[in-house]
Amino acid sequence: MALLQTLLLRMITTAVTLLGVAVIVFFVIRVVPGNPIAMMLPPGATAEDIATLTAIYGLDKSIPQQFLIWAGGVLQGDFGTSITLKQPVLALVLGRLPATLELSVLALGMAILIGGAAALTGTRLRETRVEGGIDIAQGVALSVPDFLWGLVLILVFGVLVPVFQISGRVTPSLQLPFVTDFYLVESVVRLRFDLTLDLLSHMLLPALALAIPLAAIIGQLLKQSLKETMHLDYVTLARTQGYSEAKVIWSQALPNAILPTLTLVGVQFTFLIGGTVIIERLFSYEGLGNMAIDAVINRDLPLIQGIVILFAVIFTGVNLLVDLTYAALNPRLRHG
Amino acid sequence: MSFLEVRNLSARVKGGGPLLRDVSLTVEVGEVRGLVGESGAGKSMIGKAVLGILPKAVEITGGQIVLDGTDLLTLPPAARRVKVGASCALIPQDPLTALNPSRRIGVQITDRLVDILGWTRQRAEDRALALLTEVQITDPARVLRQYPHELSGGMRQRILIASAFAAEPKLIVADEPTTALDVTVQKQILKLIAALQARHGTALLFVTHDLGVVSKVCQNLSVLYAGKVVEDSTVADFFGAPKHPYSAALLAATPKYTDPSAGLQPVPDAVIAAVRAEVEHG
Repeated sequence: MALLQTLLLRMITTAVTLLGVAVIVFFVIRVVPGNPIAMMLPPGATAEDIATLTAIYGLDKSIPQQFLIWAGGVLQGDFGTSITLKQPVLALVLGRLPATLELSVLALGMAILIGGAAALTGTRLRETRVEGGIDIAQGVALSVPDFLWGLVLILVFGVLVPVFQISGRVTPSLQLPFVTDFYLVESVVRLRFDLTLDLLSHMLLPALALAIPLAAIIGQLLKQSLKETMHLDYVTLARTQGYSEAKVIWSQALPNAILPTLTLVGVQFTFLIGGTVIIERLFSYEGLGNMAIDAVINRDLPLIQGIVILFAVIFTGVNLLVDLTYAALNPRLRHG
Repeated sequence: MSFLEVRNLSARVKGGGPLLRDVSLTVEVGEVRGLVGESGAGKSMIGKAVLGILPKAVEITGGQIVLDGTDLLTLPPAARRVKVGASCALIPQDPLTALNPSRRIGVQITDRLVDILGWTRQRAEDRALALLTEVQITDPARVLRQYPHELSGGMRQRILIASAFAAEPKLIVADEPTTALDVTVQKQILKLIAALQARHGTALLFVTHDLGVVSKVCQNLSVLYAGKVVEDSTVADFFGAPKHPYSAALLAATPKYTDPSAGLQPVPDAVIAAVRAEVEHG
């Protein structure tokens, strides 16, 4: 009963959030200067041409009227047609989403691995020079933004020591047998590990650029919580039972210390997805973020709306997932 | 034969003053020794030193901790951990914080039996069930599946006691095991520890500031003041005729249930000054 109530409440707040996002984006992109119609017509088009085209796209109506028409379509699964690409927005956006999701999840995984390893090592060797070194490295990782890390990585691993790809999602000359857009997942499922390697060699640098600052945040918070947990009585008790320090950290301290980090990872993951916009551009990676920038440059109003709504759906979905995981990991929440 | 022999143990806060001064005490096989003293006398430090869980800021500056014929302080950390883990156990002070909040009671008892002592999972589970029954927990099978927050403080202390006896240790350090509990529960827990100790023949180092507890549970006791043992005697001798003036004053300061109107006698300043001088210069 309580669970049902919580879920229902959650769905209502999610719906309100999405509506708010939709209203804001719809109005803002129409109020800011720049006109999609002007971008479509050659210079010297007559006022009559402009008026005709404006009417075709419905841009002659008032903004609230436009919004109602658009929202009505959305409720039926029709997000409109892209002005520049002349294709349905929903298909375009869903086609690009897998690329961005794969990149974000890979980056998240790398951030958790790097940050987690740093936190565990720092806790195991606390109050030594190693911990000091980890702290400094994390400070540097945190104070440089992801797109600058992207440039650094391109310079080092793409130009000076060209071991990884720095452009695109996959080598264009390859024959792709894929039926879905989840290339990385599908290449593994199809046991085409040659393709997996090629995809990874394209994804590694952008994912790393996204992961480095997040890894530093995760590492710092987790180490802090771990060190606090290491003073607690049940950890001391485990030490008297003959467990090694590493084992005590891993099996006694970590399950409790991880909870605050988990919340943070949820919040930061949404920032990471936001970060894909610039990183994808930097690495010419064909994902949603890259498409978003093109859409904004071309004033492709329906496409911008579609992408922003999709980002909002992802954000709220991630938050819900974090809450559920939190409840699963913390018995005190489960049993009320 | 002494199972535990602490010889001339000295410890201090790194860069600070002494915490333990030349402490010597023994715990025979099956003996219950009380370790009493006021707050800050260093009584818990001795237990922690034996178990190897001293805070990082504390360093041992001299002496030996001989456990079952081996000086623990000369062992490499891993060997020491294994030796202590296999033959000693701790009953902690605060049952509310000594159980891991995110793990079920069952695994908290059985894990170390399996991980450290190499028991089979089944044997460890049977043992946990039997022990919970022994510490008079009703419906032990259910409790094993519960989480700490679902149980009362008294229940949790019973579980910690059961866990301490689980591997049949030779020595248990009980670090003020009743201090954090309700007065009504204290007595039951004390009885329980005494009963289990007698049944299993475990040596017990009972750290407490409560002389009433000592008189009920212990055979011998060491009185600690400012990190130094000022008296070492049998319980009968101590309560009959304490040798040291500080012990006598401590005894006089203890409330008596038989004669509540007698009031409390604070330890006289002169006695404190004398014992302080003795500890610091003698």
